[in-house]
Amino acid sequence: MELARIEELIEKYFQGDTTLAEEKQLKQYFSTETVAAHLEHYKPLFNYLTVNDKELFNKELSLPSKKRFSAAWIAIAASLVFFGGLFAYLNYKPSPAPAQVVSDLGSFVSPEEAFEETQKALALLSENVNEGVESIAYLNEYEKSKQLIFKK
Amino acid sequence: MNQNEFIHLIEPFKDKVFRLAKRLLVSSEEAQDATQDILVKLWDKKNGLGQYKNVEALAMTMTKNYCLDQLKSKRASNLKIVHTNFTDREAGLDQKMEDQDSWSWVEKIINELPEQQKLIIQMRDIEQYDFEEIAKMLDMNETAIRVALSRARKTIREKMTKTHQYGIS
Repeated sequence: MELARIEELIEKYFQGDTTLAEEKQLKQYFSTETVAAHLEHYKPLFNYLTVNDKELFNKELSLPSKKRFSAAWIAIAASLVFFGGLFAYLNYKPSPAPAQVVSDLGSFVSPEEAFEETQKALALLSENVNEGVESIAYLNEYEKSKQLIFKK
Repeated sequence: MNQNEFIHLIEPFKDKVFRLAKRLLVSSEEAQDATQDILVKLWDKKNGLGQYKNVEALAMTMTKNYCLDQLKSKRASNLKIVHTNFTDREAGLDQKMEDQDSWSWVEKIINELPEQQKLIIQMRDIEQYDFEEIAKMLDMNETAIRVALSRARKTIREKMTKTHQYGIS
């Protein structure tokens, strides 16, 4: 192609007035070996533009399958759980308390014997407690003398 | 629409989506993630795709919006995109280039352009859409696109000439 035409095209190119076909011509011209010396510096530009569209998207595309839970299904599942819980709650009968365990009497054989011994032990305990309480009865004297002094 | 039909439908433009995302986001990984997200979005609305005459244009518009949003949120959180993959090329492409060095200069210069000019350069000079399509995708009028395109090309020329004359500046 004659040089004048190319120069004209380049001028048009930079004005943004070239058509796609004309741009193709320019790219073609600059991809050849015989580029005029004074146009040499445009070469990288046009070559870049030509070569750059070879880069491809080569990553595997993963499309999400459409099995997404819809709000309706989530609601249905939630209400199932709720009613299940309600049902279980209303139908809950506490199992009857286990009958008095007779075998847990320690070293005694009959319950009566154990009862008597327990009473004995508790009586002994309360006797001792009373003894202790008596021994602090004199503290009441303080109270009495206080009443004498600070008459209400 | 089943998965195979969908993949068939996006086949012609998924690479364009990726390249556009890469042009804006710069990093390949981010562009891949973006492409993935955009295609999944398309897949989600697959039942409505029938209404659109041009799914490709829709995809490109979505890509543009998605990437600009990404950039905005990135700037807001003060993160900078790392420009690491200028040299990430396949060997076959390398051989085509006599001057790899100034070639990546072109890429660098394009990446320095404002976003809108980047978009237009990518769509016009690389993907070769006509002005009418670009106008639809970017929701701009054709004159504005021509002006922006001319400005972008002139900026590239200016910076390249500088590099050419003074060596690497």
